[in-house]
Amino acid sequence: MRIRPFRAYALRLARKRRQLRAWRKSRQLSPVALRLESISRGDILLFCTLRNEAARLPFFLEYYRRLGIGHFLFVDNGSTDGSAEYLIAQPDCSLWWTDAGYKQSRYGIDWMNHLLRRHGSGHWTLTVDVDEFLVYPHSDTRPLRALTDWLDASAIKCFGAMLIDMYSDRAVGETHCPPGADPIAAAPWFDAGNYQIRRNPRRGNLWIQGGARQRVFFPDRPEAAPALNKIPLVRWQRGYVYASSTHSLLPRGLNIVYDEWGGEKPCGALLHTKFLDTLPEKTAEELGRRQHYAGSREYRAYGARLAEGLSLWTACSTRYQGWRQLQDLGLISPGGWL
Amino acid sequence: MNVGFAILAHVNLHRAGQLARALADWGAPVALHVDARAPEAEFAALREACADRPRIALIDRRPCEWGMFSLVEATLDCVSHLLQTAPGIGHVCLLSGACLPIRPLDDLSRHLRAGGPTDYIESNDIAARRWVQGGLAEERFTLHFPYSWKRQRRLFDLSVRLQRRLGIRRRLPAGLMPHIGSQWWCLSRATLEGILNDPRKREFDDFFARSWIPDETYFQTLVRRHALRIENRSLTLNRFDHQGKPYMFYDDHQALLEQTDHFFARKIWSGADGLYAHFLDPDRVDPRKPGTPSRLLERPFQEAMRIRCEGRPGLLSQSRFPCRWFEAQPSTPAGYVVFDGFDALIPGWHRHLGLHNSRICHGRLFARDRVEFHGDMEVYRGNIPANPRIRDRAPEQFLLNLLRQDVEFAPVTLQFRPADSAAMARFFRRDPRARILRLEDAWLIELYRACKGDPDMARKLIGRSGRWPDAGTRGRPDPAERATVESWPLADALARPERLMRKVMARVWPEGPLPTLPEPRIPRNLPAFAAALGHPAADALAEATRERAVRDALYTQPLLDAG
Repeated sequence: MRIRPFRAYALRLARKRRQLRAWRKSRQLSPVALRLESISRGDILLFCTLRNEAARLPFFLEYYRRLGIGHFLFVDNGSTDGSAEYLIAQPDCSLWWTDAGYKQSRYGIDWMNHLLRRHGSGHWTLTVDVDEFLVYPHSDTRPLRALTDWLDASAIKCFGAMLIDMYSDRAVGETHCPPGADPIAAAPWFDAGNYQIRRNPRRGNLWIQGGARQRVFFPDRPEAAPALNKIPLVRWQRGYVYASSTHSLLPRGLNIVYDEWGGEKPCGALLHTKFLDTLPEKTAEELGRRQHYAGSREYRAYGARLAEGLSLWTACSTRYQGWRQLQDLGLISPGGWL
Repeated sequence: MNVGFAILAHVNLHRAGQLARALADWGAPVALHVDARAPEAEFAALREACADRPRIALIDRRPCEWGMFSLVEATLDCVSHLLQTAPGIGHVCLLSGACLPIRPLDDLSRHLRAGGPTDYIESNDIAARRWVQGGLAEERFTLHFPYSWKRQRRLFDLSVRLQRRLGIRRRLPAGLMPHIGSQWWCLSRATLEGILNDPRKREFDDFFARSWIPDETYFQTLVRRHALRIENRSLTLNRFDHQGKPYMFYDDHQALLEQTDHFFARKIWSGADGLYAHFLDPDRVDPRKPGTPSRLLERPFQEAMRIRCEGRPGLLSQSRFPCRWFEAQPSTPAGYVVFDGFDALIPGWHRHLGLHNSRICHGRLFARDRVEFHGDMEVYRGNIPANPRIRDRAPEQFLLNLLRQDVEFAPVTLQFRPADSAAMARFFRRDPRARILRLEDAWLIELYRACKGDPDMARKLIGRSGRWPDAGTRGRPDPAERATVESWPLADALARPERLMRKVMARVWPEGPLPTLPEPRIPRNLPAFAAALGHPAADALAEATRERAVRDALYTQPLLDAG
């Protein structure tokens, strides 16, 4: 698509501004344990910001190691539960530490942009949170490298994966996932078909809303529901920046991960396992910190209701069975990948 | 051994080495050409790995460029080496470093022996058959191609455009008929010697050296000069996707590969350890029974192509979001029926329709203040909430999501009044999959109920909003209208309501069975009411009411509802 020259220049300035900002915020990061020399050419790298996720980290690392991530780059935003100690002991992880504001670094994305630019250029990079698990067509039989090799051969630079909120059939507060266990097994249900999609004319990305969070927490203000579109897997180049969280990138051509002429482009999903029994506690803490998007309205919406034993499950919820099911539902697509 | 192998390798040399060793171990001579641009370290490792196999010859390396003549030259080097050093071979098979044998090599040997001097090569007349998957076809022969498509794309495109503009056409060497086909072939010794020793070889080489992708045209064209018998089909399974790039095979394709009757497959993903271990295992038992023709499953390839190029109709997703220029409004996944106005006769009649077996009959999905799902569900399948605010966020997508849940129950029915949503009224009218069954002037009944039959009050109601909202049912004709629309005048409903309802339902479910409906409730004074409002159908309504009264008197049926 063509855009007017001054609009293109405005986007260029926006991109430069974000680069500058990422560089400025990079001074907040202090290296704790760096093993960057072990990154070899062609490794797929994972970038992640976290805070107090010690219980979830072992499975997270196991899941992504199995997919074939070569090196993990973490920013620890002031954890106090031993997350940092755990990561320092891992041979394939590098860790930076900061106690600066999550909000002031635009929800961690400035730090991510800096690390991506410094260490991700020339690699396939995956930027996810600790509660997000990437699923793509054939992810049970083919490692991530098979996908990225094919994307390279097809001259595709990035891969979209929408967020799918997972929950259990019990109250959120009773959805227990023991440390180190598979959170998808603890919360295997999701909403199959209630998503709304719009196109953002400025950056060209899709804006997807819906799912369990809109249905339960935003019935009166569906427009305020969180965005579910993400582009987590990118073959990074120096000039790229994430513009708003991992929802969109600049330059804007990277956001066209969908086909506009009827066909389907390849895409996956991020299974979002946020709704576990640790959430009420987290919500209380996050509300105290006031460090989340739009005045933490998402957390305010959770706040009261989670304590009341709220469940996201309905008789029409769908139980997760694997990527093939998501493909049949139209949530992910092989996009010509045999 | 009656066959030798020429292998062209560019990347992942360890895989090419693995293939070459397996072929040599089987007893065949192998000529392996490695792109001069491949990393030295990898090549050194390959040389070491092949050192103990005297049947493997490493051919002098040339720099190879995709789409250029260097690939043909490398192939010719391999072929002439094989023909000179292995006098016993009757055929040479050209493979890439990313190929794998998927049938036992003994089968290949038998197959070639049985075929005698046959050449197995895809060689299609460029004028007769559309072989090229996007990109240049005939122009590969008629234009000059001094630039690399991969590295000098702009110059390449510019030079093609310029030559087209100037009308430049190269002349083919006399006697050649341009043919095209897959790069991977298996040719007989006689044919190859004919090509190598052709007195006009110099002339042909000069010509092809500046054509485009000569590896798909050089042998395919020249073979027509020398071959005794051509089987126009490659022994290598090689399918191209919409970008013209070969499909890759992974570990999970093992069953697929074991069903085709090709002898080799390309391209194998370099990380497919399972495939390499399985197909290069000399003790592998082939599941194909000898003698039974195996079939090639085209379906997965066609399916992959269809998903990428056409997508699943009626799907809007993060991977498929057609722009307005592709389709002005999203297409729906299955046919559906819109009942317009009948619920004025029998309020809530969808509840009766849906009671029967597996028919999905929604109520007023787009009513301003509510969403009436089938069975009055609070949340419908797919967890679609009966929430008008969420629905109004994207009403068209709401409908699409809903229809996608019940594709197997099509046609799904829904009740609708144009007053519910002007945007959806337009959407239905323009959707070729929509079938609109309409009762004309049904709004009169609703207006009658709203003002309890008082024409003065009705005038006030109409006056306040300019006009009664549902009066716009007929609307202006829409040039983009593509739905199937059938409508019945209100007078029909007054004259014989039961028969009309049966007729309407039979339109949707012609094979029956049809539900029994409660008696329609038609206000007795409707004709007078319509006349007082000056409605043009008032006379017809009065006539229908008289007709009904006469019939009721005859059959002593209960009289019209006082309602």
